[in-house]
Amino acid sequence: MSDHAIIEVPPHSSADEAEHAGVHDPNLHHSPEEIKREVRVYLIVFVALAALTAVTVGSFYALKSYPVSVAIGVALAIALVKGSLVAGYFMHLLSEKKLIYAVLILTVFFFAVLIWGPWLHHNSPFN
Amino acid sequence: MDAHAHAGEHEIEIPYAIYPRPDTGLYNGKLGIWLFLASEVMLFGALFSSYILLRTGSVDWPRGYTFLNIPLATANTFILIASSVTVVLAWANLRLGNLKLGRIFITITIACALLFLMNKGIEYHHEFVEGRSPSTNNFMALYFTLTGLHGLHVIGGVIVFAYFAGPGAKMWHEDRNRYTNRIEIAGLYWHFVDLVWIFLFPTLYLL
Repeated sequence: MSDHAIIEVPPHSSADEAEHAGVHDPNLHHSPEEIKREVRVYLIVFVALAALTAVTVGSFYALKSYPVSVAIGVALAIALVKGSLVAGYFMHLLSEKKLIYAVLILTVFFFAVLIWGPWLHHNSPFN
Repeated sequence: MDAHAHAGEHEIEIPYAIYPRPDTGLYNGKLGIWLFLASEVMLFGALFSSYILLRTGSVDWPRGYTFLNIPLATANTFILIASSVTVVLAWANLRLGNLKLGRIFITITIACALLFLMNKGIEYHHEFVEGRSPSTNNFMALYFTLTGLHGLHVIGGVIVFAYFAGPGAKMWHEDRNRYTNRIEIAGLYWHFVDLVWIFLFPTLYLL
């Protein structure tokens, strides 16, 4: 076996070299202005998350006299919005590579099986 | 020539620690953390699944808000959200070449995490004083398992960030892009910890 088959040499010498090789790393190529714009977006998302936390607690007290299914629906809907903001902006899933989306689609499928499994079991006519 | 002899002649660098692989479009650490997070979704998913199974099969399910500390848990939610922001601010400042500000934001993240754990400790102490433990009922078993596992993840995050704010920061002077990428993937883990709490809070405390 040749040495090349044992040790892989990474393209690490410069950003230009990586660019030349047809790869593009957004972390290394964003201008300071773009990064500062991102920071403003992060702060807006932070305010939105804090506000939605307050809405979660507020709606809990407001919906106390309603059926529990209403409270569950509202609280989980707000949590879903908050989770989407964290995943989309802080984990930058809004602009990620296809491979990560592929991994996450598989993850979401198996997660859905885990969540709906016991629910379907509970509502099964054979239960 | 074998691999060890080759290693003696040249320092082996971990491939694609900075630049993305042409085939995946990602540097290896980033793909690695996402695969790890996928497994974490399954771990917490199994526990959420247990929660649904036990709750839907129960005739009398205890409601967390009747005895758990909602104001303290709400404060903890704000604290974790704030810590998520400080992580992305640390990463942004490192990308701008500002190590000092980056380390300050990492340190604030650690402080938030410790504050979260302190509040959780106060809650746990209160539960045990009131005679509620994991063996009390299914709800308390799930409460301690879910929040305990989440707490362990917070401790894990503190260890990682403490390393990068302290001795690990040496990497910045050797290779700042690699250090910045490390903070990015540690941050991805931390946002996941925040994400889990976003769902744990209403599930255990409010519903």
